[in-house]
Amino acid sequence: MEAITEVKYALDTFYFLVTGALVMWMAAGFAMLEAGLVRAKNTTEILTKNIALYAIACIMYMLIGYGIMYPGDAAVNSWWPGLHGILGSDDNTAQAVLASGGDIYYSNLSDFFFQVVFCATAMSVVSGAVAERMKLWAFLAFAVVLTGFIYPMQGYWKWGGGFLDQLGFLDFAGSGVVHLTGGAAALAGVLLLGARKGKYGPKGEINPIPGANMPMATLGTFILWLGWFGFNGGSELIVSNVAEANAVAMVFVNTNAAAAGGVVAAMITARLMFGKTDLTMALNGALAGLVAITAEPLTPTPLLATIVGAIGGILVVFSIVSMDKFKIDDPVGAISVHGVVGMWGLIAVTLSNPDATLTAQLTGLVTILLWVFIASLIVWLILKAVMGIRVTEEEEYEGLDLTDCGLEAYPEFTGSKGSGI
Amino acid sequence: MKLVSAIIKPFKLDDVREALSEIGVQGITVTEVKGFGRQKGHTELYRGAEYVVDFLPKVKIDVAVSDDLLDQVIDAISKAAQTGKIGDGKIFVFSLEQAIRIRTGESGADAL
Repeated sequence: MEAITEVKYALDTFYFLVTGALVMWMAAGFAMLEAGLVRAKNTTEILTKNIALYAIACIMYMLIGYGIMYPGDAAVNSWWPGLHGILGSDDNTAQAVLASGGDIYYSNLSDFFFQVVFCATAMSVVSGAVAERMKLWAFLAFAVVLTGFIYPMQGYWKWGGGFLDQLGFLDFAGSGVVHLTGGAAALAGVLLLGARKGKYGPKGEINPIPGANMPMATLGTFILWLGWFGFNGGSELIVSNVAEANAVAMVFVNTNAAAAGGVVAAMITARLMFGKTDLTMALNGALAGLVAITAEPLTPTPLLATIVGAIGGILVVFSIVSMDKFKIDDPVGAISVHGVVGMWGLIAVTLSNPDATLTAQLTGLVTILLWVFIASLIVWLILKAVMGIRVTEEEEYEGLDLTDCGLEAYPEFTGSKGSGI
Repeated sequence: MKLVSAIIKPFKLDDVREALSEIGVQGITVTEVKGFGRQKGHTELYRGAEYVVDFLPKVKIDVAVSDDLLDQVIDAISKAAQTGKIGDGKIFVFSLEQAIRIRTGESGADAL
C-alpha cells in the first residue's frame, strides 16, 4: 500500500511536470504566431520580446508572484493575500506523503512549475496586441509588474482560495484568470499606445497591414493547440486513478473538439462576411475555441464542447472586425481571442456545470476585467510618463528590428563581406 | 547593338528563356520588378479589410543583341510571353553604345 501511494505521488507529479512543460511550449507558439502576423521589419523585436517576457515571468513569479497567488493558510484575508517572499526549496517528505493518506499527491515544486508557465502565458497574450510600435524596455517593465503582482493577485482571488473562489466562481484552467487577464492588460496598453502608423486613414478607412509569414503563424497556432492539452489537461491536477484518468481524457477530447469547432466556425463566418477564406481568421478561430473551452473542459459532452468552441470562433471574427471599427489596433487579434472569447468561456461554464451560477461567473468576469484593466492602465500610464511607451514615428517606419535590436530577422542585402554571398 | 528590355509575366520567364536560347541568344539578365500598366493593380483581403495592390510583380529581361538579331529577339519574346490577356507586358529597345566582356577585354559585338 505504501509503495502504491508513493507511485501515485510520483505519477501525479510526473503528470504535472510534463503538462507544465507542454504549457511552456505555448511560449514558442505565441512567438511564432506573433512573428508571422507582424511585418518582417519587426520580427526580431517581437521574438526578443517573447523570450524575454517568458524569462521575466519565471523570475518574478518565483520572487513574489507565487507567494501572492498561493499563500495557503498565511493569507491575510480573502482579498489581500499578503507578501510571502521567495520560493524556497522545501518539498514533501515521504513520511508526510504516506501519513496524509493520499491528500498530498504531488511535489510542491511541480505545482510551482505548473503555475509559473500559466503566468507566462498571460503575459504572452499582451505582446502580440502591442506589437510593432511599443518600446521594448517599456514592455518588459510592464511584464515585471503584471507577472509579479497583477496576475498573482486575481489568481489568488480564484485559484488561491480568495473571495471569487468562495463565491462559487468557476474557472477550470483560466479563461478568465489567464486569458481575460492577458486580454484586459493588452487592451489597456493598446488604448494608451494608439494604432500603428497608417493603420487607420484620416477618412476612417481601415488599411490592412498584412503579416509577413503565414507558415509561421500557422505553426504557432498548431504549437499553441498542442500546448493547450497541457494547459487544460494538466489543470485536472491528478491522473492516478480510473475516475481521474477518465476525466483527463475527457478534458483532452473536449479541448481538441472546441479548437476544431472554432476553426470551422471562424472560417465559415469569414467566408460569408468577406467572400474569401481568411487563414488568419481560421487560426484565430482555433485559439478562440481553445480559450472558450478553458473555463470548463470537463463537464461538456464533446458535441457541446465543439459548439462552445464554434461560438468562440464566430465571436472572434466579429470582435476583430469591431475592434478595427473602434480603431483599436491589435495586429494579432489577442484582445479578441483572449479577452472577448475568455469572457464567453466563463459564461459557457453555466451550460454544462450544474455547480455554476451566472451571477458568480459574471462577478468573476467583471472583477478580473476591472482589476486587470485598471491596474494595467495605471502601470502603463506611469511607464508612459517615466520612459515613454511608444517608439518615434521614424523608428516605427524603420522597423523595431533595427532601431531596438540592431538586427534584422531576414537580412537580405548586407554586401559581400561576411555575408556568405 | 541594341539593348532589349522586356517586362513580362513572371510565369512566362521559362518560355521566353527557351525561345531566346533557340535563336542563339547567349545570355540574359533577369530582374524581379513591380509596376502597373493598363492592367492596374488588384484587390486583396486581410482580416476583413480590403486593400488595393497597386504594383503587380513582373519580371524584367535585359538582352543585349547585335542589330541583325534584333527582329528575331523581339519576335521570340513577343510570341513566348503572349497570353492574349491584359498584363502581358511590353518590350523596349534601346541603342547600346558599347559592350565589354570583363574576362577577356573584348568589346563591341564580339563581347555579346
